[in-house]
Amino acid sequence: MSNTKYILGHFEDPDDLMHGIDKLHENNVSIYDVFTPMPIHGIEDKLGIKRSRLPKVAFLFGITGTITAFSMLYFMLVIDWPMNIGGKPAFAFPDFIPVMFELTVLFCAFGMVGTFFYATHLFPGRAPRVMDLRATNDRFVIAIDAKENPYPTKIDDILKDAGAVEIKHNERKYVSYE
Amino acid sequence: MSSHHESILREPLVTGQNITYAKVTHDILVPVENKPNKAWWIGFTIAALGALLWVVAVSYTFWFGIGTWGLNKTVGWAWDITGFVWWVGIGHAGTLISAVLLLFRQNWRNSINRSAEAMTIFAVICAATYIVSHMGRPWLAYWALPLPNQFGSLWVNFNSPLVWDVFAISTYFSVSLVFWYTGLLPDIATIRDRATGLRRRIYSVLSFGWNGSVKSWQRFEIVSLILAGISTPLVLSVHTIVSMDFATSVIPGWHTTIFPPYFVAGAIFSGFAMVQTLLLIARKVLGFENYITMFHIESMNKIIILTGSIVGVAYLTELFIAWYSGAEYEQYAFLNRVSGPYWWAYWSMMLCNVITPQLFWFKKLRTSIAASWILSIVVNIGMWFERFVIIVTSLHRDYLPSSWVMFYPSVIDVCIFIGSIGVFFTLFLLFLRVLPAIAMAEVKLLLKSSSDQAKQKLIREDAVPKEQAAYYQESLNKFDSISHESEYAKS
Repeated sequence: MSNTKYILGHFEDPDDLMHGIDKLHENNVSIYDVFTPMPIHGIEDKLGIKRSRLPKVAFLFGITGTITAFSMLYFMLVIDWPMNIGGKPAFAFPDFIPVMFELTVLFCAFGMVGTFFYATHLFPGRAPRVMDLRATNDRFVIAIDAKENPYPTKIDDILKDAGAVEIKHNERKYVSYE
Repeated sequence: MSSHHESILREPLVTGQNITYAKVTHDILVPVENKPNKAWWIGFTIAALGALLWVVAVSYTFWFGIGTWGLNKTVGWAWDITGFVWWVGIGHAGTLISAVLLLFRQNWRNSINRSAEAMTIFAVICAATYIVSHMGRPWLAYWALPLPNQFGSLWVNFNSPLVWDVFAISTYFSVSLVFWYTGLLPDIATIRDRATGLRRRIYSVLSFGWNGSVKSWQRFEIVSLILAGISTPLVLSVHTIVSMDFATSVIPGWHTTIFPPYFVAGAIFSGFAMVQTLLLIARKVLGFENYITMFHIESMNKIIILTGSIVGVAYLTELFIAWYSGAEYEQYAFLNRVSGPYWWAYWSMMLCNVITPQLFWFKKLRTSIAASWILSIVVNIGMWFERFVIIVTSLHRDYLPSSWVMFYPSVIDVCIFIGSIGVFFTLFLLFLRVLPAIAMAEVKLLLKSSSDQAKQKLIREDAVPKEQAAYYQESLNKFDSISHESEYAKS
């Protein structure tokens, strides 16, 4: 048949987009991905995307920061070079708290954002894998793999019925490489 | 949630007719995608000259040492730490808007968070330059870090709030930067996909390859929420620790437990004033009246009254406790503040921070752009005086009357201060030119629920009770971005 690799349904309104996803699901058309200019709440459940594990990552990085800070302070102030400040104990825990807190936040923020960038393949200079240039502006785009769903006219009809304003049949996956 | 309708009684966060997603992108990118206008060039030239003055004054300080400042044996901290605390305080509003208001689901933050966060970062840069230049030997700045060294290793003293401050300020700066830049990725991708040629290549690198897929948005939202969650206690801890630089000492006038909350309230107060100073101009020059509305201005003014009043209560509490403590040194420190040789600084502070912000109780002033702008400058002057009063008047008359002195700033002191304002504005003006000053993706979220056009549509469809609709229409009267002619024609 044709060389179409991906069918893109453009929507102007997020509610139409959600309706379009429902319609495609009803007709057993699998969706490759959806690209939007803003986050759409509830779309993950609809597309069956699992909860992100980033909160756990954030907690683990945070607790690593706490432990690192405590170990560092304990080693420096208690083991390696205890100071005699008016005969008070070298292990002055209340004084440890500010630095422990700051390093918890620092490790948590950098660890979590680093993991986010790694998992989502974001890094400076990465060639953007964009399927449609308007998806970051004003269009809500559903991408359908044309090889997995080899009935383009039916898909076109479903998208049109659901309120798509434009339908594209792309022979290349990513337009941004051009 | 895009179809979620909020109560008609709430004032709109986006005004204007026929606002589409494409129009939001277009309006916000006007300053980024076009050549700057004359106003920008004039502002930038003045700011850059200020920044140049800063470079000269700081270089002079580095070359000849801090003897070039007006400091003396009794007053060992003056304009440097005043400037440092002032700038750090200004930075706090950005984090408050982006983090605390996110946790409280205050949607009006969506159109001001980006520029407020940028302001935070630039203000912390200015603050950090004061820290480095007041060290005397700035090339030894790394001594503040716990690095192994040839003295034994003699570690830094972690019992000192000055060391806590090193950790607090550097964490605050880097976490704010990460928060800001992560939030920028989707908007940089928008610029990239509209640009061509070299611009596209540059923004492509900066966008990290963002493509707006479902999974990346899902993770983005979680990262934003958690960063907001950890930034909230962080921002409170930063100014708490700054206040401990003073509060843990034994100087009368500094040694008070009220300092942490009092400094945090003052920081938010001055920060919101600086946001007003910048945004009231930016919305006019860049044509953002539909996105930064009178509702935003009034909300910020309300926060200014609240925090200004907290600061006022703190001043009075300090005076009361000084008297009530029965400690004569403490009592004298405050008597000297109020009626000593620096009485004019104390009363400028009282006037600018406590008395004039109370004018915002009048709705007419609170919703007037000119009054808001003037009062925002007054607050910033007042907050500078607050730090000057706390630092200099507590030090200049110490325990030994023979060493009592006055502090007089040198030319270099003044040049560094004016220069740091120049650095701040240079960075801010460059930011307005190369990055979107309003978070486009977040404003797009508001379009279907909180915009005036969506609400007017509901009213036209009779989907809301009549009296509520009338209440809503009446609340629009204060908006300068809505023309009221049609309203008048009806009544």
